[in-house]
Amino acid sequence: MDITAIIQSLVEKFPGVIIDQSADRVTLTKEAVLPVFEFLKNGPAACVSLHGVTAVDRKETVEVVYHVHSFQHRVMLTVKVILPNDNLNVPSLTSLWGAADWMEREVFDLFGVRFEGHPDMRRILNPENWTGHPLRKDFQMDGVVPRPVK
Amino acid sequence: MDFQELIINMGPQHPSTHGVLFLQLKLDGEVIVDCQPNIGYLHRSIEKIAENRSLVQFMPFTDRLDYIASMNNNLGFCLAAEKLLSITASPRAQYLRVIVAELNRVASHLLAISTFAQDLGAYATPLFYALRDREKIIQIFDQICGQRLTYNYLRLGGVSRDLPLGIDQRIKDFIAYQRQTLPEYHDLLTGNVIFCARSKHIGVLHKDTAINYGVTGPNLRASGVAWDLRKDEPYLMYDKFDFNVVTGAAGDSWDRYDVRMREIEESLKIIEQALGGLPEGDPVVKVNKVFRLNGEAYMRTENPRGELGFYIVGDGGPLPYRLKVRSPSFSNLSVLATMIKGMNISDAVCVLGSLDIVMGEIDR
Repeated sequence: MDITAIIQSLVEKFPGVIIDQSADRVTLTKEAVLPVFEFLKNGPAACVSLHGVTAVDRKETVEVVYHVHSFQHRVMLTVKVILPNDNLNVPSLTSLWGAADWMEREVFDLFGVRFEGHPDMRRILNPENWTGHPLRKDFQMDGVVPRPVK
Repeated sequence: MDFQELIINMGPQHPSTHGVLFLQLKLDGEVIVDCQPNIGYLHRSIEKIAENRSLVQFMPFTDRLDYIASMNNNLGFCLAAEKLLSITASPRAQYLRVIVAELNRVASHLLAISTFAQDLGAYATPLFYALRDREKIIQIFDQICGQRLTYNYLRLGGVSRDLPLGIDQRIKDFIAYQRQTLPEYHDLLTGNVIFCARSKHIGVLHKDTAINYGVTGPNLRASGVAWDLRKDEPYLMYDKFDFNVVTGAAGDSWDRYDVRMREIEESLKIIEQALGGLPEGDPVVKVNKVFRLNGEAYMRTENPRGELGFYIVGDGGPLPYRLKVRSPSFSNLSVLATMIKGMNISDAVCVLGSLDIVMGEIDR
């Protein structure tokens, strides 16, 4: 099963859920996150490893980016979920992967995305009393200005 | 009879936490009931720094992630950036990259096994042996790029300079020397009764748990999963070299030590082959310093500690819009709390040492 077949199986199994797709990436609606990942993990795709969870701040929206990986088929699939800035909530994957625990805490710490159903939604890298989420584009870095690139 | 739970703070200043890791252990007698790892003491927000630097400017920062294996970090970032920009390095540069990456893997594994032995009470001898051998690699790097720890040797499209005269003989001498001294480690540790008693059947990491927590690298291979990116998703010229993927059977602490020992031998094999088949040409390439970054790229490489991934997103400007570092130690450490629950407190040190973490890349 190569990456095209995996994406095709997703499209057939979950009609109307995949908003956008390209060669190795799909974009999902938020509601479909849990069933799609469960299918990816336990279905024929056998994407048993959650390789990484991260996010990209697009100013009006925040993209949560998941990388899942299948040892059996030797593929890595990128899954994206786009969240509006005023509602940064997405279902947690801790019920499927232990790896999601720390990775989602990191995204919460740095981006302020809340993962619903996470057992321990605390900051991980920054101190508990820190304010703001450093990797957001509107985060003020005192005295630090981008260096001009010649 | 009622008992009282005792909370012990291990770290952040503790000799066997390999950096500034803070473990809050809840004990019932000597048995660990609960473990709460706290990280972030070394957080420098390197990902935010990356958003204010061009790709070329960011290269030295990757040295500071996993500072035991700087060359491999340079390599991971370089390959990710080259994937985004569609640059391919010349064959000679690719061979040089393989040589320095594998030399650094040997140095990193030497330090890993010896500090692990030190954690188990083998106080000085293995560490001194390892530092003695690692010094030879560091001196080779010093001659190649002028640095001993943070090398910054790789460049987009190539390397910063070609090998100096006579260095290939020096590397060959080192390979012969290391093959001679490896039995010393086996004599000291591998069959050592005390070492085996402290590490065999301790901290067994089952294959499924390892995969579930995203554990990679030697720790995953010790649990019996034959997965090595150099073999399974070959980058550079790794598909041209003959080497084996080393796996363990039980997944205990001793296996994690043993896998690293055998990987040193495989790395020496790769260096030997790469030196033997080193192509002619110029590895130093003139590439633009400023690029328009468009689209996104994800590239992962096999670091000494596991799979290091760089995710670079561009928005058309010269600075990366977002740069994410997926560090192997972060996932490898996240499984620790599950592993040491129900163990004696003395074994927690053993398990932590066998996982071989570097806080620099966990906290970033």
